[in-house]
Amino acid sequence: MNTPALGRGVVMASVGLLMAFLAIWQWVPAMLNVPSFILPPPTKVWSETVRMLGTEKLLLHTGITTLEVVVGFVLGSLLGLVVGCILGVSPKTELVLSPYILALQIAPKVAFAPLFVMWLGYTVYPKILVAILIVFFPVMVNMLTAIRTVDPDLVNLARSFSASRWQIFRMVEYPMSMAPLFSGLRIAATLAVIGVVVGEMVGGNKGLGYLLVFGEGQGNTAMVFVTIIMLTLIGIAAYWLVVWAERRVLHYLPRAQHTMV
Amino acid sequence: MANPIRIEYRNVTKRFVSGTGTNITAVEEVSLAIADGEVVSLIGPSGCGKSTLLNMGSGLYAPTDGDVLVDGVRVSGPNRHVAFMLQKDLLLPWRTIRQNVELGAEIQGIDASERRRQALALLERFHLRGFEDHYPHQLSGGMRQRAALARTLAIEPLVLLLDEPFSALDAQTKMVLQADLARTLATERKTTLFITHDLTEGVVLSDRVLVMSRRPGRIVEEIQIDLPDRADTFARRQHPRIIEYTRELTNLLDIGHQALQ
Repeated sequence: MNTPALGRGVVMASVGLLMAFLAIWQWVPAMLNVPSFILPPPTKVWSETVRMLGTEKLLLHTGITTLEVVVGFVLGSLLGLVVGCILGVSPKTELVLSPYILALQIAPKVAFAPLFVMWLGYTVYPKILVAILIVFFPVMVNMLTAIRTVDPDLVNLARSFSASRWQIFRMVEYPMSMAPLFSGLRIAATLAVIGVVVGEMVGGNKGLGYLLVFGEGQGNTAMVFVTIIMLTLIGIAAYWLVVWAERRVLHYLPRAQHTMV
Repeated sequence: MANPIRIEYRNVTKRFVSGTGTNITAVEEVSLAIADGEVVSLIGPSGCGKSTLLNMGSGLYAPTDGDVLVDGVRVSGPNRHVAFMLQKDLLLPWRTIRQNVELGAEIQGIDASERRRQALALLERFHLRGFEDHYPHQLSGGMRQRAALARTLAIEPLVLLLDEPFSALDAQTKMVLQADLARTLATERKTTLFITHDLTEGVVLSDRVLVMSRRPGRIVEEIQIDLPDRADTFARRQHPRIIEYTRELTNLLDIGHQALQ
């Protein structure tokens, strides 16, 4: 995805950095006498991955977590988008709802996980619900501020053409908010993983969050490492998907304005 | 009457309440009338309420006292007969140049093939043929401002309100755009109120120049420009009396200043 001129050097540097990182992880802790049950070396993490693929149904748990992340992210983002638009065009609605929104925003969303598990049982639903709740805010707030900060001269331009309120929203405010919306979605993609994992850790016997707690109970550090890596991979995939969508939607922006991270 | 009045300000006063709660009078008792096909420039110190006059002309806000009339009808809101253009091009970055030019016509529900034909004709006239499918960021400042001018003319307004449209351009681009504008205003007989800081620009483009005082803005002087070649700015610039007019305006601006000390 880099420009061809940079491509070769950038790839070499990336691979070199990875090699150096793995080498340090493999040998430095051993030299400092850190026991491998505290910090398992990459080789042990790899063999544990192979074991978990066979006996712990690692792929099944990963699949369930991925599903919860995707559903939670999509629903939470849609909700944030819609509410952000409504509050953006209607300052009165925002004023009326602001104390509740603020309270819900300040409350640590993961603290709701036990409650949702009690309500909905050991199913996928409480995990999705935590993800929706945690994804909702950055999307909603970004959309709301984006609509409010559209250049008033642009709105006046549309007004001078006798645009209706709906036309101003559809033709100016909404498309103008796409760049800030995607900043919100990038944050939301990583938060969705956190929401789902916390939900899985609290209750149930499926998903990577469950494997984390299970590995901890067994005193199996390598298993916890593998699970963390899988969770990170899900997070990266979700993030890249957002970046990919952003490039397609914001195709009209100059190239330099697109970033990978 | 041979030459009907297209836009008229009758004893217009506009007051605002500032952030600190004090009343600010932006313009006071302004009366002016512009006949069909006439180009009138408005010059004055910064903050004298020139832009306030323009916003009231386009119906974006109402005068505190007095009336604005377009073609004899009181302006009570944005209307199709008036179009404005600012120093900022206000092109929408996600629309191609052609789609930007079509904005007003699209808002007003004009048939897609009709507005496309019209937009392409305007782009041809403003030397933007071949750029119709480009996005704004791919164009230079002068080209973008030309596209903005095309967008302003696309709704076929009776009256043009131009607020320092060329003040952000370099000197050479500015002269080319002034020439394009002057030719268009003459061939289409557009009634125009042109706000500028550039005294020579005002003299070169106009039939009359109005001088405003510091805030609260009032019209303190009116100068008739008795020069030929209003349609050809390069020819008019050669005229020796240009210097006399600009000298007179320079002096008048000082008088306007002192009158309020």
